[in-house]
Amino acid sequence: MGSNLIDALFVFMLAAFIGFEVIRHVSPLLHTPLMSLTNALDAIAVVGAIVLVGERKSQFATVLGVIAIVAATSNVVGGFVITDRMLKMFKTSRAIKK
Amino acid sequence: MTEFAGSQHIIEIIYLIASALFILSLKWMSSPATARHGIWAGEIGMVLAIGGTLLRHGIVDWKWIIIALVLGTGIGIPLGMVQMTAVPQRTALSHAFGALCVTLVGTAEFYLRTPNVPKFMMSVLSMEVILGGLTFTGSLMAAGKLQEILPQRPITYKGQNLVNFLLFAGAVGSSVYLVLHPEARQLFPLVIGISLIFGVLLVIPIGGADMPTVISLLNSYAGLSAAAMGFVLDSKLLIIAGALDGSSGLILSVIMSKAMNRSFTNVLFGAFGQVQASAAGGQEAKPVRSATPEEAAAILEAANKVVIVPGYGMAVAQAQHKVRELYDVLTKKGVEVRFAIHPVAGRMPGHMNVLLAEADIPYDRLIEMEEINGDFPQTDVALIIGANDVTNPAARSDQSSPIFGMPILDVDKAHTVMVIKRSMNPGFAGIDNPLYYFDRTLMLFGDAKQFVGGIVRELGGGH
Repeated sequence: MGSNLIDALFVFMLAAFIGFEVIRHVSPLLHTPLMSLTNALDAIAVVGAIVLVGERKSQFATVLGVIAIVAATSNVVGGFVITDRMLKMFKTSRAIKK
Repeated sequence: MTEFAGSQHIIEIIYLIASALFILSLKWMSSPATARHGIWAGEIGMVLAIGGTLLRHGIVDWKWIIIALVLGTGIGIPLGMVQMTAVPQRTALSHAFGALCVTLVGTAEFYLRTPNVPKFMMSVLSMEVILGGLTFTGSLMAAGKLQEILPQRPITYKGQNLVNFLLFAGAVGSSVYLVLHPEARQLFPLVIGISLIFGVLLVIPIGGADMPTVISLLNSYAGLSAAAMGFVLDSKLLIIAGALDGSSGLILSVIMSKAMNRSFTNVLFGAFGQVQASAAGGQEAKPVRSATPEEAAAILEAANKVVIVPGYGMAVAQAQHKVRELYDVLTKKGVEVRFAIHPVAGRMPGHMNVLLAEADIPYDRLIEMEEINGDFPQTDVALIIGANDVTNPAARSDQSSPIFGMPILDVDKAHTVMVIKRSMNPGFAGIDNPLYYFDRTLMLFGDAKQFVGGIVRELGGGH
């Protein structure tokens, strides 16, 4: 447990730094799609809910888990769909003249 | 046990690949040229992660998982197809959904593990549900304000900060007690209840103009609560995704508060609106010059360089397509037209860029504030459509102004300034804008969509 915890903290620290470095370079042009994309990725929390429901630990857990899967899945699907729609709209002058 | 361990390793490797894809996904978002690869990477990562999870040995109940996945997809598709003008409230709503998921899983985990919850586990679990709970209701409030179901005006009362502080302290205090005495399970609903109320009260005093910062901050909280959930479930995939989302939200909030010359605490506890209301009184009936669409069209036609400054008013009037027609007709006549984008124009980071891109305006014409500010002295006409505070020269000169120190677009340096505005009514933001009384400023009174349409007709364009 102890070493797992430390490992997890290391992972968190490194991921946060990578996040800062990568996202600092995102053009302000794309801030809205960036937010909807991170939203979709964040909904990876759905895996926690899937385990909760799948392992059928208690009825209470299953009910909460099902609602959680619905909420997170709608973020995954909606987030990717709208990010894709937004990014399709960004065109250069040359692309539009064609 | 060994065969389980084998499949467990495969799942971990799938998670590892998914994590790498998530990082690549964000990296590719740095430029419009590669951004769509980013979506692919994200989608593949997500499918791998969900597929890998379904392989887990302990999964026995498929029925409910499949029903929930299908239902979620059914809700997600319409949420992905909303109009571009509704993107800010859609984003707020999805922060709420993400936080809801995290809070529910956290709650279920608590009741499955209690009373044997190690101290560290209980601490991260509390963090997960506190952040998740306040993000859930806070984001719902933000979505309600953006959808105009709730008043956009800041709602403030005496002792607000004290109440908020006490609530937060109450939630943290109860969690600390739970960490020390995990058997006191009756305290857990209290922690969640307080967090939910705190989220509502946190967003109530925040006005529309501060929404970009608040949405970014809620984005960050949603990420951090997911990372906390990763600690609870010992899932590195979740920790990584949560940390990425958390840092993304944090960077955006910092950019947004800088663009408004505000500190975080100011945004959260400042209740901007009150100061503005008092500043709005007093000055009345100074003379302004106004112009008709015909006159505006003649001036634009004679110009060489035009900079259009869009703001939230353009989004409200749905004027972006008319603005594109204006861009087309002026470009055809050899006028150089560019757009000046202030970081906090609109209701969320990047809001104006998305609306203009939707109207088929090429993104190389959308110029950021730092880049375009030096060009205003050589600009013949600055045309402001539904933007106010971000063009207010009082931010540079008037120390008593509530927005003093905020970086603005230097439109007042252009040879002619034209402002499309419904009336001289300062609107709910309520800060008087000296720009409107300048000699070089022409006020174009009317609805943004109709007025721009009128100019386009005069110039012989449009349909």
